[in-house]
Amino acid sequence: MEGNVTEHRGTPSVIDRYFTRWYKTDLKGKPCEDHCILQHSNRICVITLAESHPIIQKEKKIQSVNYQISAGCSRLQNKVSGKSKRGGQFLTELAPLCRITCTDGEEYTIFSCIRGRLLEVNEDILTRPSLLLEKPSTDGYIAVILPKFEESKSVTDGLLSRAEYEEVVSKRTAVKPEPC
Amino acid sequence: MRKIASKDLGMLPLKEKDRPIVRALLSAGCCARCILRFCCIGLQSAYRQSYEDLMNELQTFVSAGGCGKSHDVADHEHTEDPPCKRVKLDTVEGDTEVVPHAQAESDLDTAEPKVCVVCLGVLQHFCDKTFAKKVSEAVTAEGYQFDSLVLSVSLPAQLSVREHSTWLLVKKEVREKGLCLGKDDVIQVKEAFKWIMNGLVSQELCVPVLAKSLFEVSVGFTHPETDGDCHFLATTCSDCFKPAKNKQSVFTRMAVVKALEKITDENFRRQFPCPPKCPTTRCTAQDIQCLHVSVFVAGRYNKFSRTLPQTPWVIDGERRMESSVEELITAPLLSAFRSEGFNFSSSGREDVDVRTLGNGRPFAVELLNPHRSQFSKEEVRELQEAINKSSDKIRVRDLQIVTRDAVGHMKEGEEEKTKSYGALIWTQRPIEKEDIEFIKDIKELKIAQKTPLRVLHRRPLAVRQRVIHTMTARFLDAHHFHLHLRTQAGTYIKEFVHGDFGRTRPNLCDLMKTDTDILELDVESVDVDWPPAVGD
Ligand SMILES: [Zn+2]
Repeated sequence: MEGNVTEHRGTPSVIDRYFTRWYKTDLKGKPCEDHCILQHSNRICVITLAESHPIIQKEKKIQSVNYQISAGCSRLQNKVSGKSKRGGQFLTELAPLCRITCTDGEEYTIFSCIRGRLLEVNEDILTRPSLLLEKPSTDGYIAVILPKFEESKSVTDGLLSRAEYEEVVSKRTAVKPEPC
Repeated sequence: MRKIASKDLGMLPLKEKDRPIVRALLSAGCCARCILRFCCIGLQSAYRQSYEDLMNELQTFVSAGGCGKSHDVADHEHTEDPPCKRVKLDTVEGDTEVVPHAQAESDLDTAEPKVCVVCLGVLQHFCDKTFAKKVSEAVTAEGYQFDSLVLSVSLPAQLSVREHSTWLLVKKEVREKGLCLGKDDVIQVKEAFKWIMNGLVSQELCVPVLAKSLFEVSVGFTHPETDGDCHFLATTCSDCFKPAKNKQSVFTRMAVVKALEKITDENFRRQFPCPPKCPTTRCTAQDIQCLHVSVFVAGRYNKFSRTLPQTPWVIDGERRMESSVEELITAPLLSAFRSEGFNFSSSGREDVDVRTLGNGRPFAVELLNPHRSQFSKEEVRELQEAINKSSDKIRVRDLQIVTRDAVGHMKEGEEEKTKSYGALIWTQRPIEKEDIEFIKDIKELKIAQKTPLRVLHRRPLAVRQRVIHTMTARFLDAHHFHLHLRTQAGTYIKEFVHGDFGRTRPNLCDLMKTDTDILELDVESVDVDWPPAVGD
């Protein structure tokens, strides 16, 4: 399907035109909980589920998405103002962004993966969680983060490139026929 | 007695009351023209006399017939002090004795006059035909086109301190005589300088030197020897001297004048000699600066290339793309107007990969310090042709010289204007002609656009309501159609088509119920009716 699309459009997609794909696999040691970080050439990053994430791989039904990550902190409260985006919550690599609860009772936490200022979260997935499965890398995004200007190059240092990620995923299938 | 005195005054409109002031100032080491200033002489021609003649007249005036050969009435009763003995003639070095007039005259011819304690030589050594020639030659060398000019003078800040000190001296003299004279009545150094120099420079350059002109010639003076004169003010009026980013020294003329308004006479006299100390050097004239006011050129441009940015594109200090609309338009203008720089502005702008067709996009260029500013309509037309011949990536029309105010029209109501676009659309799902027919029925579609991700790093995050007035679609093949849109200015077309991660709603993907993407975009018209069309 994906291959077909590229074939008859003959031109790169919006993501391929403007973004670099970075990955972080097995977050917090949990197998296959992979995240994708789309880094725009202007340094803005969009956090999404990687296509190898169990929710997508197993086509899970989502019960709810919750941006309230602790009693005192909700990502929905995040507000930025002005060109310099004052007031946005500052996130470290392992800051949780939201929790996704599936109808099978499983709960998944999505993490920031990069240091930076939280600009916005995707409120559409609160009312239409199916977007996470239908359009995981576009309309089903989790959050938008702006790394510090001076860290815009180093912010992806610990992440995997697209090729490295594909290698990790292919090894998984080779080692264990049923990985996740 | 009055009769005799006034007969002796020569061509200077000095009065008896001025005699003690003139005497005090002469002995203080004031130059002849500064003496006229402190006597509040508003007769411009008085200042234009040769310096030597003027000094002679003043000396004659103070001696009041007592010492001069032309004054056969030696009437010391007319003056309050025995004059000649006390007068220290600034023109004769070390001479404190009464000098026979003939002797004084011969000394005048040979000896350099002492540098004035007030103007530091500005009104002595820089107010003659020689300096006017120097100024004029510097202006001519710059090769400006001008039919008038305004002369501006900048003086060292310490001149104000010296002026104040001398004023206190005069005030004391005036008070004792019960006369009424205010500091504002004193003629300013700058004013006296211009009274003398305007005419001389005008003769050299054969154009009028006016109080206002598009062309400004600046003469500046410095006097390092006395720069320290101001420093005592900093301890007395520290709040007047706040460091400013763009100034080398806190002792600006403005700050010094402000401090002098605050300081009491008593305090001033305690800290600064009154009269001021004699300097050993005269002022130095700085390089003559010429400045012509900006000329504004406006027009409309087409951009036919999808690899041409509007302005030079630099990322991490590295140049991307070898040219830009701005550079292609301004290069011929800069050389024709022999301008030192420019500011380019336009009614909106297009992305590097977007063409601008139709009537084009209004633009204006401010040409900074142009050496040539007058062009006939025909010459402007030739300039437009030169721009158009230089590249086939752009085309300019309606090129014209406009006023600074008129440029404002371009930005006025920019948001309310309508823009028309043509776009090549790709659809993920195969389509047939019927699948895009509904598009033409959509009118005044309101959309909400979050600041696009591609500009979010430099613009605030906001949701903006925009209106797509009309759309028409033309079928191309199973995955492509051409979309024509008329929208409110400020609508982000690319984001409307691909949805920008669902951040523009509704978007074309929502309307088409399939993923859509934009492959090409053209601006077809910018409906701003400025600048006016130029006929052939
Ligand atoms: Zn003087």
